[in-house]
Amino acid sequence: MQVTINVNGEPITRDVEPRKLLVHFIREDAELRGTHWGCDTSNCGACTLWVDGEAVKSCTVLAAQADGHDVRTVEGMETEAGLDPVQQGFIECHGLQCGFCTPGMMMTARWLLDHNPHPSEEEIREAISGQICRCTGYKNIVEAIQWAADHPATSEVNA
Amino acid sequence: MQTPAPTDYVRATSVANAIALLEEHGEEARILAGGHSLLPMMKLRIARPEMLIDINDLDELRGIRVEGDELVLGAMVTHREVLESPILSEHYAVFREAEKVIADPLVRNRGTVGGSMCQADPSEDLSALGAALRGTVVIQNSSGSRTVPLREFHEGPYETKVGPAEMLTEVRFPIRPGAGSAYEKVERRVGDWAVCSAGVFVTVKDGVVADCGIGLTAVGAEHFCAPDAEAFLIGKAPTEENLRAAAKLAGDASDPSSDQRGPADYKKHLAEELTFRALTRAAAASQGA
Ligand SMILES: Cc1cc2nc3c(=O)[nH]c(=O)nc-3n(C[C@H](O)[C@H](O)[C@H](O)COP(=O)(O)OP(=O)(O)OC[C@H]3O[C@@H](n4cnc5c(N)ncnc54)[C@H](O)[C@@H]3O)c2cc1C
Ligand code: FES
Ligand code: FES
Repeated sequence: MQVTINVNGEPITRDVEPRKLLVHFIREDAELRGTHWGCDTSNCGACTLWVDGEAVKSCTVLAAQADGHDVRTVEGMETEAGLDPVQQGFIECHGLQCGFCTPGMMMTARWLLDHNPHPSEEEIREAISGQICRCTGYKNIVEAIQWAADHPATSEVNA
Repeated sequence: MQTPAPTDYVRATSVANAIALLEEHGEEARILAGGHSLLPMMKLRIARPEMLIDINDLDELRGIRVEGDELVLGAMVTHREVLESPILSEHYAVFREAEKVIADPLVRNRGTVGGSMCQADPSEDLSALGAALRGTVVIQNSSGSRTVPLREFHEGPYETKVGPAEMLTEVRFPIRPGAGSAYEKVERRVGDWAVCSAGVFVTVKDGVVADCGIGLTAVGAEHFCAPDAEAFLIGKAPTEENLRAAAKLAGDASDPSSDQRGPADYKKHLAEELTFRALTRAAAASQGA
């Protein structure tokens, strides 16, 4: 079947099998490899991206389901104004080591801050509770998201 | 890499259209709601539908509303919408308490109430909640719709009263002024399925329990409920002693099996203890404490 998915604002049309998972469409067809693919069992969150503004695990959504919908991936985070504060926060606070979980963590972080600009530590931990990081022990990830909450203005980030 | 077996995909345009598609494609067709139970099962090839009928476009299945003395949830209401619904929280704390511990925020963004009920996993949290509140579901087919009490809905693990060319369209819960409610869950780690959960409501009037409901999940309680424990409490003061005795009966209603989530006697203990804790909080809430 043919699908057209709006990925980071750009419509991408491909022929896909109906069984194709969105994570594979993004990585293989859209050739955006920032979205990672880990457990394959809806548990690790490495594949997290947005569909119509909601953070979801893209290994548990069919590309067919996203036909005609808006998808945002980690590649769509940076704007002309520069890095998203969440990205800057991960740099400032050393929020990653191997980086495998990072794109998913950042997509959830941005989603959280858009809904709740001043989350408590507990709310941050709750938001990323469906995601696994094997390296950092989560502490620096939480601090990175907190940093982004404290520095919402992109101009400040790029200053 | 886990990939589902080849399948076809179609988007339903209305409930009537979805039912017509189910009739046309027969037993090999499956409704696709949030997909967060079905797609994992398809990856494992436990489910191999040849046609997926996506019902995500059906706005008629969305929304949470009050209708008369009932709360009505469309089948496509997501876990997150239940969690954040002011209408539901106003009437029962148990919705928020249960949803907070169902899966994780990302799964809750996709998984639906109708999908949870139809999946009928023996550890489904909303099944315990539905049994506790004595909810009903509306099932539709091409000749009309019928209402089935949730306490009669499950035919067994993963089996419900929804027939091959039928759909669940709504879940309904009676509103009970003055009721207190609570949910208690023990899980191995955040976002996991329950080792055991208990969901309850209690209405205390003139110092005695006028009405109550007790739901249990993951411990093999028939229809996810504990009717003897409920019957015991009616007309009694919600004292610690009485709530303990009712909780003991709830433990007796469970019939858990040992697995990687724990041995059977531990789960039976949880059924009793979590029921006691939930009853205690619900009774206090009903008395405005
Ligand atoms: C990582 C993870 C953790 C989870 N943890 C928990 C947990 O702790 N507690 C818990 O209760 N659940 C948990 N779940 C399950 C989650 O709640 C699922 O979303 C839910 O069980 C199924 O809802 P769905 O909308 O995704 O259904 P789908 O997967 O789309 O469908 C499930 C089944 O129901 C059928 N169906 C769906 N809608 C209808 C309808 N309207 N009419 C007729 N048939 C229909 C489908 O054909 C399919 O057979 C977890 C899931 C995941 C992936
Ligand atoms: S790859 Fe999707 S949750 Fe792990
Ligand atoms: S940085 Fe390595 S998994 Fe998180």
